[in-house]
Amino acid sequence: MTVTPDTLKADTLKAASDAQVVEAIAWAGEKARRIEVRGAGSKAAIGRPIEPDLILDISGLNGILDYAPAELVLTARAGTPLAEVEAVLADAGQMLAFEPIDYGPLLGGTPGVGTLGGLIASNASGPRRLKDGAARDHFLGFQAVSGRGEAFKAGGKVVKNVTGYDLSKLMAGSWGTLAVLTEVTLKVLPRPQTSATLMIRRLSDMQAVQAMSLAMGSPADVSGAAHLPAGIAARTALGADAATALRLEGFGPSVVARIAALTEKLAAFGTPTVLDEDETAGLWAFIRDARAFAGDERPVWRISAPPMLGPSVLASVQAELDTEGFYDWAGGLIWLAVPDSPDAGEAVVRRANRAHGGHASLIRAPAEVRSRVAVFEPETPALAALSRRVKASFDPLNLLGPGRMYAEVIGEASGA
Amino acid sequence: MKMPAPDQKTLSRRGEIARAMAAIVPGEGVITDTDSLRAYESDGLTAYRQIPLLVVLPETVQQVSKILKWCGENQVRVVPRGAGTSLSGGALPLEDGILLGMARFNRVLEIDYHNRCCVVQPGVTNLAITRAVEDAGFYYAPDPSSQIACSIGGNVAENSGGVHCLKYGLTTNNVLGVELVLMTGEVVRLGGKHLDAAGYDLLGVIVGSEGLLGVVTEVTVRILPKPSTSRALLLGFATVEAGGQCVADIIGAGIIPAGMEMMDRPAIHAAEAFVQVGYPLDVEALLIVELDGPEAECTHLLDEVMAIAQANGATTARASNSEAERLAFWAGRKAAFPAVGRISPDYYCMDGTIPRRRLPEVLTRMRALSEQHGLGVANVFHAGDGNLHPLILYDANQPGQLERAEAFGADILRLCVEVGGVLTGEHGVGVEKRDLMPVMFDAVDLAHQQRLKCAFDPDLLLNPGKVFPTLHRCAELGRVHVHHGQTAFPELPRF
Repeated sequence: MTVTPDTLKADTLKAASDAQVVEAIAWAGEKARRIEVRGAGSKAAIGRPIEPDLILDISGLNGILDYAPAELVLTARAGTPLAEVEAVLADAGQMLAFEPIDYGPLLGGTPGVGTLGGLIASNASGPRRLKDGAARDHFLGFQAVSGRGEAFKAGGKVVKNVTGYDLSKLMAGSWGTLAVLTEVTLKVLPRPQTSATLMIRRLSDMQAVQAMSLAMGSPADVSGAAHLPAGIAARTALGADAATALRLEGFGPSVVARIAALTEKLAAFGTPTVLDEDETAGLWAFIRDARAFAGDERPVWRISAPPMLGPSVLASVQAELDTEGFYDWAGGLIWLAVPDSPDAGEAVVRRANRAHGGHASLIRAPAEVRSRVAVFEPETPALAALSRRVKASFDPLNLLGPGRMYAEVIGEASGA
Repeated sequence: MKMPAPDQKTLSRRGEIARAMAAIVPGEGVITDTDSLRAYESDGLTAYRQIPLLVVLPETVQQVSKILKWCGENQVRVVPRGAGTSLSGGALPLEDGILLGMARFNRVLEIDYHNRCCVVQPGVTNLAITRAVEDAGFYYAPDPSSQIACSIGGNVAENSGGVHCLKYGLTTNNVLGVELVLMTGEVVRLGGKHLDAAGYDLLGVIVGSEGLLGVVTEVTVRILPKPSTSRALLLGFATVEAGGQCVADIIGAGIIPAGMEMMDRPAIHAAEAFVQVGYPLDVEALLIVELDGPEAECTHLLDEVMAIAQANGATTARASNSEAERLAFWAGRKAAFPAVGRISPDYYCMDGTIPRRRLPEVLTRMRALSEQHGLGVANVFHAGDGNLHPLILYDANQPGQLERAEAFGADILRLCVEVGGVLTGEHGVGVEKRDLMPVMFDAVDLAHQQRLKCAFDPDLLLNPGKVFPTLHRCAELGRVHVHHGQTAFPELPRF
């Protein structure tokens, strides 16, 4: 059955094969229709809102194609649910080491929903980013259909490969605007045997980043370093004192030795308490998913900055806005909830951040706010022009998620 | 090796080009006499040589910007070069191209221990970064075997690895930012002391782009605290299968060693004859497993790995009990290339990656290829990540042997792709594997890569003739094929 597209507002097509993705994009090219690619839709509320003519649902392209744990490589169709992959990995004692954030709680969706394709398209990561990297660092290769309606592949299915340009990096974090991923190959790693968290209380933000820097600069192999100011800590089982958390993972004897070494190293900051494995899991999921802000509807920013400058970025914003924030990545990731306003505090946030280097993304805000402000950090003119040329090289007709990352050129021109 | 035909007009303008460059880089920054140019005629892949049009050695980003802008406006080709250690011919000059030497960018600009990073110029050597920070207990993790000589700019271009990259990642996982000059002369910054990009991850694309997209003038790298302890095990096996299974079982036990290297019988014998460190000569596979971390962890894992080795029938199983002994275990492996150089007048180092489970089959078929081509081969292998370095033994003074070695090498790389692997794990495509790219990628795959090149360098002036077997003009690649009225679904398709 076919439906005349002119009568539709964002009809959904569920593709059952790569060939159908090719056909859908070829059709969109011919009719000049905008496509939003969607896996589980768990991150659909991130980015600038677009009004697609067509939602291309790839959740039907699912299933793990190859997984040999000893090779540390997993290949699956892009629509495979993350939960399914994580369960299969856990059975083999492995994991996705980049510890992907679950946006469900923050965005008011269902937790535990999402596909591998979405994970890559958003370059997901979590607290372990500072040690083991983001999705980009574990994304080895893929098959996709570009905005030209052509199926192509890049990268490989082995952990070490430099054959050709590393297009996997480009796809990671491109929010479905360059190509529709249909198959992805990821590096996987052993799950730590055990974990623990050293907890120091009542540090100021500045003291906390100093303590975290000292810990990260020691051979203790810290796999998570976060600081929750008092108001945020109060929303955890820890209680209402500022909490600086350092996670240690690995083999039992090693974790025990590192707890001792790190306790001694940080003596000047106080005597830490130690959280066990279960408490550690709960705390770091709270940090990873920014659950501190899950219960309200304030706009939420995610800021990446040089770690030692985290407190200064947060203080600059707090000097002008009534905000709440906390730190991951040893101070280098700041989650910030700001009062509801027409620009979600964009001017203040960008000013505070730009003085320090780094970038800020508006992760949660009403659609009308996200259509008004730059959701992702604006690029310099030379870089923005380069990004547009890169986009055009994959999607010359601008069919895939036009305007999701940055306002369309046309939009900018007509607004001027 | 066919390189792009030189542009006669450019060749005839050599004097004018040299004067323009001298106006941008005063002093002794422009080299034009043939004897001096000869020093730049090849890189680490010495089978290929070409004297460049001229060499320019800029010292500032402004000079690089002006050079590229001038070359862009005058349609002159440019080949960037770091320390010239590429094993794939990435810095092979062009007869009609300026060789842009980055050696004078040799300063460490900033060491920031608090944010655990260093800002360096691209001509700084890989090892110099570690030397600059080791007193404070830090190091730069990627350690290609040429680390004493290779530059960080070259590492960025090639996405260099090393023996520690299974645990600590390749260059791409350890670079936080770059300053990049485009062919237009525009200077852009990608990344910095923070993590991940705001927009498209162009930093991730620059790393490993083999000098085809832009010229890097500054690099920010992440530095790591040095592990407190390192221990190594030396494990010998009667069969390659047993050695391979031991590797699989170590990883299956959740252990990611800092390094895990395998050598085959010819490599073991060559290395032992050279350095005499007590490698067993009656084994088919020798494994060096290095563990690092706190002492308690090393001790614990040493016992585990020893048990796994014994369960796999290891005929030799020794653990290092001193730093001297650990270094001795490594001495043969680190000297494997010169050791092979002692038993053969020349050797040709290959660099494919395979799924590790296919190793026994690949080595068996490689032996058959060795007989077929009439040339010996010794194998060293980054066993943890499946990166194979077959060393093909030949004598360049014997007519036809170089060609046979190249044909043998190409067959090995085709075999790597056939079993599910790739053409190059860490040395890059360059000119060496350029014509094999279609073994791994079809025309559509390659066109998507080449269009990215066009987004950075639409006139194909930067390092042309590398990586891609065919140069397509960007206008031709950019054409959009819309089949008006001919698609399968004139209306909205329903699946």
